[in-house]
Amino acid sequence: MSKLSYAYYPGCSGQGTSMEYEMSTRALCEALDIDLKEIPDWSCCGSTPAHACDHVLSAALSGRNLGLAADMGEDCVLTPCPSCLTNLKNAGQHMSGSEEFKEKVNKLLDEPIGEIPDVKSVLQILFEDLGPKGVKEKVIKPLSGLKVVTYYGCILTRPPKLMEFDSEENPISMDRLMEAAGAKVLPFPLKTECCGASHGVARKDLVMKLSGKLLDMAEQLGADAVVTACPLCQMNLDLRQGQVNSANKTSHKLPVFYYTQLLGWALGLPQAQLGLDKLCVNPMPALRGIGKKEDAA
Amino acid sequence: MQTVNLTDTIDRSFMEKVMEESEQNLSLCYQCGNCTASCPYTFGFDIPVSRVMRLMQTGQKKAVLTSSSIWLCASCTSCTTRCPNNIDVARVMDVLRHVARREGFVKERRVKAFFDSFLDSVRKHGRVFEIGLMVDYVRKTGRFWTDMDLGPKMLPKGKMSLTPHRIKGKDAIARIFKRFEEENR
Repeated sequence: MSKLSYAYYPGCSGQGTSMEYEMSTRALCEALDIDLKEIPDWSCCGSTPAHACDHVLSAALSGRNLGLAADMGEDCVLTPCPSCLTNLKNAGQHMSGSEEFKEKVNKLLDEPIGEIPDVKSVLQILFEDLGPKGVKEKVIKPLSGLKVVTYYGCILTRPPKLMEFDSEENPISMDRLMEAAGAKVLPFPLKTECCGASHGVARKDLVMKLSGKLLDMAEQLGADAVVTACPLCQMNLDLRQGQVNSANKTSHKLPVFYYTQLLGWALGLPQAQLGLDKLCVNPMPALRGIGKKEDAA
Repeated sequence: MQTVNLTDTIDRSFMEKVMEESEQNLSLCYQCGNCTASCPYTFGFDIPVSRVMRLMQTGQKKAVLTSSSIWLCASCTSCTTRCPNNIDVARVMDVLRHVARREGFVKERRVKAFFDSFLDSVRKHGRVFEIGLMVDYVRKTGRFWTDMDLGPKMLPKGKMSLTPHRIKGKDAIARIFKRFEEENR
């Protein structure tokens, strides 16, 4: 098989609050021989605030990056972040579908967009192009006995017409990859329920309820950890877990990983490359338990 | 339940305007309630999303644009995903925010302040500068205690850059915003 290679859009949070997602994504892809070519001088997609303000503005902010990727000669852009994914895909789909919309977007840009590349999540190519089997072959430290729930968040596979990936109601891509790495995936009924998204700052009260529900369910199922693929979900569940506990009078101490960190761990990558020390809830007790519980059972 | 006198407050052009901007056919909504049942925010909404749809069909512009719901919608797209008539309800909610913003209706000021601080940060730096965004939000809202407890959790981990990331295309991004303002003047 020829080496997999894609244009890569890291997204702003990867430079800050989700730097461990960015580090572990890059380390994992390198170990799996997937070439991520960073889009030179990429800029913010505008995230929710842009599409909540205006769709042409949002598409222009995303479109600049699609244009830069096309200039690289790449026909597919990867991003780890579901919010970036939504914006980039929405921009691409609307511009492809309507010349009038594309013209409006081009009016805002220095360089008009010509070719529009495809956009996929890193998860999608790991699942579809490499596959759980390709991951399994490289596992040297299986996650035996680690019980996880996979939490996809709202928009990684939804709406289906835009995302064209996995299932909108019961996604399984992360489940299969985690199983390939040796983990036990528990059936989690809240896989695509909302964590409260970007309202953590302005309406924390709402996020406490929504994220609290997810942590309560994970705990009730007996999970050792939650596995996520979204910087905002991970932040609400991990960084805000203390706030959730205070607001709801709970005492959760559930580590919340990015799926790339756990896959990287199973592949035997050095801890420093996975950014495990960047997580707020200490993940080490769960990781140290790997392999042991199975012996006891 | 809030009651609305439909004949006193009808604005017949409102639904057409929202249909045009969202490219969605609102008359297809037959009030099945799937969106409301799916919406994770129904507990926090002042008007459930299916009722927002109905109010639009009856031309109740003000009731819709002055609601909290349109600002609290997190664009999770549960409604869009489950609408049996394939209405992109989340896109409609987005358009309602656009209209509310343009016409000066903002029920959830803090939500808008956060969005504005975010966009100002992108305009200024080309990429979001997280600490700068929080400082600006606090300045806009006066809520200086916002997430103060999270600082000590994040700063020692080196996750928050104290300076913005410089990109060469910074001015190109500022020009996108400037042209957008000129187009919409």
